[in-house]
Amino acid sequence: MSKNNNDYWRANITLMSILLAVWFFVSFICGILIVDYLNQFRFFGYKLGFWFSQQGAIYTFVVLIFVYVWRMNKLDRKYGVEEEE
Amino acid sequence: MSLQVLTYLFIGLSFGLYIGIAIWCRSASTNEFYVAGSHVSPLANGAATAADWMSAASFLSMAGIIAFEGADGARYLMGWTGGYVLLALLLAPYLRKFSKYTVPDFVGDRYYSQTARLVAVVCVIFISFTYVAGQMRGVGIVFSRFLEVDINIGVLVGMAIVFFYAVLGGMKGITYTQVAQYCVLIFAYLVPAIYISLMLTGNPLPMLGFGSTMNDGSGVYLLDRLDGLTTELGMAAFTAGNKSTVDMFFITAALMAGTAGLPHVIVRFFTVPRVRDARISAGYALVFIALLYTTAPAVAAFARINIINNVEGMSYKGAPDWFSKWEDSGLIAWLDKNGDGKVQYRGGDALIPVKPEYLESRGSSGERQLANKASSSANELYIDRDIIVLAHPEIAQLPNWVVALVAAGGLAAALSTAAGLLLVISTAVSHDLLKKTFMPQINERQELLFARIAAAFAVAIAGLFGIYPLGFVAEVVAFAFGLAAASFFPVILLGIFSRRMNREGAISGMIVGLTFTFSYIVYFKFVSPQANNAANWWFGISPEGIGTLGMILNFMVSLVVSRFTPPPPADVQNMVENIRVPR
Repeated sequence: MSKNNNDYWRANITLMSILLAVWFFVSFICGILIVDYLNQFRFFGYKLGFWFSQQGAIYTFVVLIFVYVWRMNKLDRKYGVEEEE
Repeated sequence: MSLQVLTYLFIGLSFGLYIGIAIWCRSASTNEFYVAGSHVSPLANGAATAADWMSAASFLSMAGIIAFEGADGARYLMGWTGGYVLLALLLAPYLRKFSKYTVPDFVGDRYYSQTARLVAVVCVIFISFTYVAGQMRGVGIVFSRFLEVDINIGVLVGMAIVFFYAVLGGMKGITYTQVAQYCVLIFAYLVPAIYISLMLTGNPLPMLGFGSTMNDGSGVYLLDRLDGLTTELGMAAFTAGNKSTVDMFFITAALMAGTAGLPHVIVRFFTVPRVRDARISAGYALVFIALLYTTAPAVAAFARINIINNVEGMSYKGAPDWFSKWEDSGLIAWLDKNGDGKVQYRGGDALIPVKPEYLESRGSSGERQLANKASSSANELYIDRDIIVLAHPEIAQLPNWVVALVAAGGLAAALSTAAGLLLVISTAVSHDLLKKTFMPQINERQELLFARIAAAFAVAIAGLFGIYPLGFVAEVVAFAFGLAAASFFPVILLGIFSRRMNREGAISGMIVGLTFTFSYIVYFKFVSPQANNAANWWFGISPEGIGTLGMILNFMVSLVVSRFTPPPPADVQNMVENIRVPR
């Protein structure tokens, strides 16, 4: 693999790891592991843990994909590996 | 207009639309039949993926399950959406760059092995048939309840429609009908939800409505009211979970990895022109899916409140129309335990066994009499969870056109998923099994003909499942996700992210993951169903969540075995490097 492509791949892995950490945090941690703890707090009319598991995690997932798309398109251009129009 | 006329009208119009699209987008080549010529715009593919993905289970059953399970329903909400993050970040762009037609194509080429390809084909066919069986049944139920025709006729009509656009149109026809079906189904889901949200809370957005205060001037939050009502009646509080944390964790993970590994979803990302289209398309798909998935828990909470308020303490003689109609369909049952002629709705199962077994006779209030014994609970009511979405508009007394719309939406959800699955099955047969394995000499025209024949056969078999439903359809859905999580997800992931992963590692990993998951589910669902409880499960993991453990085993076995066997050939390693960059 050329150095350029190697660097591109590393940058991709870093970005992916950060996004997946957030993915894990909102769903598995807030929505499942500490849901009972969070439920003592209120978020408008919801218990906070309940809100994460039935609403918040899903909204975060959507945002994560769009952040990924935006950052990856930037990386593609930075490393000159973007596809032709 | 009467409900029945309106239902015929809406269903007729939507079917006419699907057929029109099918005629307009016929497939002329295998490339068009398998992947719509890879010319689908990312936005259209997003909508098609959403319709492909959201089945009769998402549309008809999910809100019902959440209505009765409350907080535990979150495993479906997070599991079936979180998988798209995995798909977008880990699989879709790379598979698009690989640019072939099927999942077995990738497995066979990446692991330079016909055995791996065949294992993948068998899994694809098994997973897809498991899944399609439930869809046709969903079509039958909608028809029988709303058009008052026989379930079998409903299934036949559904088969005819799917046959028409799947066999003629292939992926091209399916893609554009799915876009139309998405519009129908999301409209049909949101309209009643918005209506009911306005009625109960005054907030037009159901996702916010169920976190708002009640519209009755009490100033109480809706969820607090619901928690109060449920505890008062001796049921579990709506926002409290009953499942163990470890089981919730494993089930959610299995549903996520399973979603990302389902062949009919993955194949949709072969239909867009470029790698970056595959990325953004997964984003659009999740937006479209999230619209329904964030509404579903609101619908669930509204439905639970409406059911309790309408049914508890109601005298059977004054029961509304919907109550007796669903009782006639065998999905509601009432056993007047205390003989007061009023429905008493409490916690716990009303009947032993749980599902009603009707006698021919009628009781003193005119209810259908049951062969079931009374349970020790004071609860007198059995409500099938699957009817919530269909019955709720009637329970909330919405206008007839809304009720008819929901019927059309349920059909759109079931048909779009069925078509996507049938296409995957036909592709697996004509492309992977015939062209790539047993009959490599066939030309493009013959392959296309075989693809159409295989699609026709698959439609017929799916129809048989609808007419003669296997009693264990609900049970085997755990299979589809568990097996996808334990087989395809790790194998594809390692194929992209580990250059060193070789044939020996992948095949042994798949075999261990599959055998383990399969045996665990079969043991608890079929061999010893009486032992299917937390005390006997390994680490407290139910069969629904065992795919996660199968996946972990698969990862471990593949990584270990691949270290002790020769690395993949240079051209395969080059292929891996190639799919990692868009250009």
